[in-house]
Amino acid sequence: MRPLQWLLRGSFAAIIAAASSDVVAQEKIIQVTAEKFKFTPAVIELKLGEPVVLELTSLDRKHGFQVSDLNIDENIEPGKITRVRISAAKAGTFLFHCDVFCGSGHEEMAGEIVVKP
Amino acid sequence: MNEPKGRRELIKLLGFGGVVFASGLAGACTRILRKSGGGEDDFFFVQLSDTHWGFKGPPNPEAANTLRQAVEAVNALPQQPDFVVFTGDLTHTTDDEAERHKRMREFKAIVAGLKAPVQRYMPGEHDASLDQGKAFQEHFGATHYSFDHKGLHFAVLDNVSDAQAAIGDAQLDWLLADLKPLPAQAPVVVFTHRPLFDLAPQWDWATKDGSKAIDLLQHWKNVTVFYGHIHQEHHFRTGAIAHHAAQSLIFPLPAPLSQPKRAPVPWDPAHPRRGLGYREISVGESRLVLTLKEDSLEGTGAAQPAAASGSY
Repeated sequence: MRPLQWLLRGSFAAIIAAASSDVVAQEKIIQVTAEKFKFTPAVIELKLGEPVVLELTSLDRKHGFQVSDLNIDENIEPGKITRVRISAAKAGTFLFHCDVFCGSGHEEMAGEIVVKP
Repeated sequence: MNEPKGRRELIKLLGFGGVVFASGLAGACTRILRKSGGGEDDFFFVQLSDTHWGFKGPPNPEAANTLRQAVEAVNALPQQPDFVVFTGDLTHTTDDEAERHKRMREFKAIVAGLKAPVQRYMPGEHDASLDQGKAFQEHFGATHYSFDHKGLHFAVLDNVSDAQAAIGDAQLDWLLADLKPLPAQAPVVVFTHRPLFDLAPQWDWATKDGSKAIDLLQHWKNVTVFYGHIHQEHHFRTGAIAHHAAQSLIFPLPAPLSQPKRAPVPWDPAHPRRGLGYREISVGESRLVLTLKEDSLEGTGAAQPAAASGSY
């Protein structure tokens, strides 16, 4: 099995993620912007066990935010904030990408969530 | 060009019920198979995929020539296929609507040079996702449809006009109604662009509701799916259904999840067409046995070395 696949499979069950419109006190908020054809930041670093809410916004058009290994699949509409709650219980690297085709650089619109011990 | 001894060595049964794989020099295996296999009702068709007409960039500095080279290669086959099917991403996407139409017109003009009597088309996300298939339909017709050819039923599925890669319930209802008259043992070939199964969702190599299509298709016992999108040959099986991805005609992509990013395989000036090619599919008299042969563009054209052979 390739190393990356091994890493993802081994860590899958240890992460809980959910989309939510609410932010609970003491949750860390990380703002992520989406625009053709990048996410900023492209690498989202989390600490093990730290509750985090990603606030996703678009600077231009509709984009997607899919982290298939965490069962996250959200749309990012211009003018709206999409919140995704993540609680990391195990270290690992999880790829995310835009899954709403947005143009000639769409395939490069990706990043990774890195959960550090 | 030397004809290798024992071409049958390149043909290997892989246990994909009813499907024979072969790879190597264009035309050579196909000739042998047709001589030995037989009946007058045998026929073959060619799958071309991911031509991305209009693409410019380092992954293929010869992009302006590649589609024409593919047309020439197919035209040079010892026999002409009954039809050629393009499994999506005929053109490279652009935000400029006028440019999109221009690329589609240019694509049509080039493939009009194919000697094969019939061409079938379907969109990829580069053709259809930015305008929900509007321009594609103007130039190439419907994005999903079915047809019969010499006793074999073909269904074309559109999983790209929705920018989020869904087939949609309406199209799935159409597919069910289309296949319903066929007996469970009837051979069915499905053409689509994206993989219907979750090949690598992390790289967007999946169809949002592909599992619904697979569940529906499972009722028929001899279904084969040909698709593109991933720019490389790939074979997979979900239950009784065989799925075969084709090489592209623009640049190869790495094996699924073999590296962090799905960036194109860097262009190699010593082997400018490595990883580019097309597929011949021979259909036996029973219509239950499909023979796949992968042809490389490497080796086509006067300035290139002899064609490379591959095996499984």
